[in-house]
Formats: sequence, structure tokens, C-alpha cells
Amino acid sequence: MSDVLSLIIAKYNYWLYVILMMIGLYGMIAKNNLIKKVVGMNIFQTAIILFYVSIGYKTNASIPIITTADTAHGVVVRAADYINPLTSCLMLTAIVVSVATFGYAMALAVRIYQRYQTLEEDELRMRLSEE
Amino acid sequence: MRVIAFIIVCLTGALLLYGTTEFPDWGDPKSPASLHVSNYYIEKTYEDTHAPNFVTAVVTDYRGFDTMFETAVIFTAGLGCFLLLRDFREKKEHYYQHIPTGVILHLKDEKKSLPVGKEFGYMDKEWVPPDLINKTVCRILIPFIQIYALYVVAHGDYSPGGGFQGGVIFGSSLILLAISYDLKTLVKRIKERLLGIFAALGVLIYAGTGVLCLFMGGNFLDYGKLAPLLPGHSDHIRAYGMLVVEIGVGIAVMAVMTIIYINIVSEGRHDEGL
Amino acid sequence: MHWPIDIVVLTFVIFCAIAALSVKDLLATAILFGAYSFLMCLLWTIMGAVDVAFTEASVGAGVSTVFFVAAIFRTSRRTKD
Repeated sequence: MSDVLSLIIAKYNYWLYVILMMIGLYGMIAKNNLIKKVVGMNIFQTAIILFYVSIGYKTNASIPIITTADTAHGVVVRAADYINPLTSCLMLTAIVVSVATFGYAMALAVRIYQRYQTLEEDELRMRLSEE
Repeated sequence: MRVIAFIIVCLTGALLLYGTTEFPDWGDPKSPASLHVSNYYIEKTYEDTHAPNFVTAVVTDYRGFDTMFETAVIFTAGLGCFLLLRDFREKKEHYYQHIPTGVILHLKDEKKSLPVGKEFGYMDKEWVPPDLINKTVCRILIPFIQIYALYVVAHGDYSPGGGFQGGVIFGSSLILLAISYDLKTLVKRIKERLLGIFAALGVLIYAGTGVLCLFMGGNFLDYGKLAPLLPGHSDHIRAYGMLVVEIGVGIAVMAVMTIIYINIVSEGRHDEGL
Repeated sequence: MHWPIDIVVLTFVIFCAIAALSVKDLLATAILFGAYSFLMCLLWTIMGAVDVAFTEASVGAGVSTVFFVAAIFRTSRRTKD
């Protein structure tokens, strides 16, 4: 039991990210409203981005912008002084793509509402079977 | 449905939680993600590019190809919104306000229209009069937001920020104009065609820089080869190349954010909105 | 990184996520989702990923919320769950 507890204390961050991701996945599957589903998708996305960014974190390291002391000629930059820029850079792209998909999803929702006057999934199914 | 969803979610969560036991410790400098290529980026970026911000350097220089297609994704999203929602049919009814008296005119004939100027003003169907305080505050605020956006783009390689963030801030200043006044003010100032041209121009600047590097005898997006074309010290040439590319990203993102907003809020008719 | 701040912000994030998915008014979802994005941005600042945080502050808390409100303006606030 104490093993499990120490494991949770050591890695509580990862556990909370997994919980966040579960919330997003539940929203995507179980919610009936299309916009709620999109919100669930966004929560899922941000949870994964959070996980990636947290991998790049290093204890006692600075933000990934070089200090003036390190820009002097002949100074060797130590990699342990700065957090990992690679994960930040990859996730920057992910956020950009997420806003593009979000805007497009909203446009789709508006279009669906124009045609069927509803955003609820079960009502949409009913309208579609009537046609 | 809910029960099934709950079971699926719990199963996935349990698997992932089981997986966390194998993860590296929190904040470990020796974790696999920060061992190989990322150390090279940290140690050599300033030497190679003279850009102090590692993230911008990695995004626009080392992984420039990736970012080019990301800009293309943004452009595609704007194009998709346009094709999905744009409605070119003329509106049947028009509402006008006689400004000196405040009388509201409702024209049901689609052929007729009134000259908009000092005497008559446009009106929305579900009209809320623009609040004087909101209008004044936004009018003062918008230029500062835009200057800040330009600052963010220009200092992308020195501080947090870059083309994408600056473009979003610039686009949101235009959206603020549409919200505080009305949509017609924005559409009248920045024509739809101009926004479309901007969106394409941004992607073109990015891809064009890459092709220019090819012509100068380097690889695609190899900014070092642009030295004869750009002023300044040759050490900083890669940072200048990054700046050019970021300006392209900023223009594209600004235009696309505005296009998406206008199309969603007016259902593609570009007449009235929030 | 200071772990107490981290835990407090993470708890708020999870509450915001649950609330955004469970309220029965989409306008409230929009605002809660903006709050969620902003707290997420704080979390990334704590971790030192400043560029990601800046992007999230301008995108998630800014433009996404505006798109959301615009879409709700053209559809409906009503939702069954």
C-alpha cells in the first residue's frame, strides 16, 4: 500500500493528466450536444499537450531563452540549464492546429444548425431517418 | 450509452495509469526526451542562428518545413470555413436609421436602397445600439493592441512570441472592432477579397522564401544563403530569414482568424453579427 | 517549480473541465472553457514553456472563446446535458 502511495506522490502530475484526459474522452463519447463534444475534444487535446510539455521540464532549469552571460564568445552552453525546447516547439504546432480545427468545427455546427435547427445528436438522428 | 462510455473511459484510464509507472521521474534532466537532439538545439542554436529564443529557432529554422505546412493547415481552415458558410444571396429586407430623428426605416423591397451617409445609417435586425463607452474605449485601445501585435512578431526571436501569436493578437484586434462597433464597419474597412489575398500571401511569403533559398544555391528554407539579399551582419542572417518567415505566418493567421470569425458570426452573409 | 502552486492550479483545471462539460447552458460552457484555457496557460508558465503559454493565452483564452460565443449566437444556448 505504501508503495502505491509513494508512487502517486512521485508521479502525481501524470495521474492528474490522465484524469483530465479521461474527462475529455468521456465528454467526447457520452455528451449529446455537438458543441459539448467539441469541448471534450479540446480538453483531450490540451491534456495531451500538457503531458508533452511536462516531459520537457527539468528541475533547476531556466526558460528556453539564452541568457546574456551565455551569449559571450567562447562560453559553452550547458544543456541542463535550459528546459527542453523540442517539446515546446512540437506542442506550439499542435495548439495552432487545434485552433484551426476548433474554428472549422464551429463553422460546421453553425451549418448543421441552419439545416436541421438542432445540435442534439439524438434529434439529428431522428431528422436524418425521417428524410 | 453513458454506462458504456464510462466503462471505456475507465479502461483507458486504468491502462494509462498503469503506464505511468514506467515514466521517467518528474523533472529529470536525463529523461529520454531531453537526451538526443534537444541537447544539440540548446547548445548550438545561438552559434548557428544568433536567435536567443530556442523555441522560435527550432520552429522556424530547424523545423521550418513543419511550420510551413502548419501555416498551410491554417489557410485550409479559413478556406474551409469560407466554402462551407459563405452565402452570396442578397438580403431581402434592409433596416436603416434616420440619424437626425432616430426613426427606423424598414425596406421590404430588395431592389431599393438608401444612400448611407450623414442622413441615414445601417442597422442590424436584432439591433443593440453600440454603447458610447464601449466604442470609445475600444477605439482608443485597438491601435495599441495592433502595435503590441507587431512588437510580438518583430521580437519573436528575442522573447516569447512569434508570427503565430502576433497574428492572432492582430486578428483579435480586428474582431474587437467588429464587436464594439458592428460587423459592417469591419467589412467596409477590410474587404473580404483583401483578407483572402492576405491569407494566401502569408503562405506564399513562407514558401517563396524557401524557393528563393533554392535559387540562391542552398536547400529549401536554408536562410544562410540569403546573405547577399538582406542587409546587416552575416552572423545574423538566419535570424533575419526567420523574421521574414514569421511575418508571412503572422499575415496568414491574422487574415484567417478574421475570415473565420466573420463567416461564423454572420452565417456567411457578411451583413450583421454580434 | 513549486509543487503547491502546481497542485492548486491542476485542481482548478480539473474542476473547470468537469464544470465546462456538465453545465446546461452553452454560454456558461464558453466562459468556463476560457477559464480552463487560461489556467492551462498558467500551468505551462510554471513549467517554463513560455512560448506555449503565450500561444495558449492568445488562442485558447482569446480567439477560441470568441469563435465559441459567435457560434452560440448563431445556434442555440440550449443543451440537454
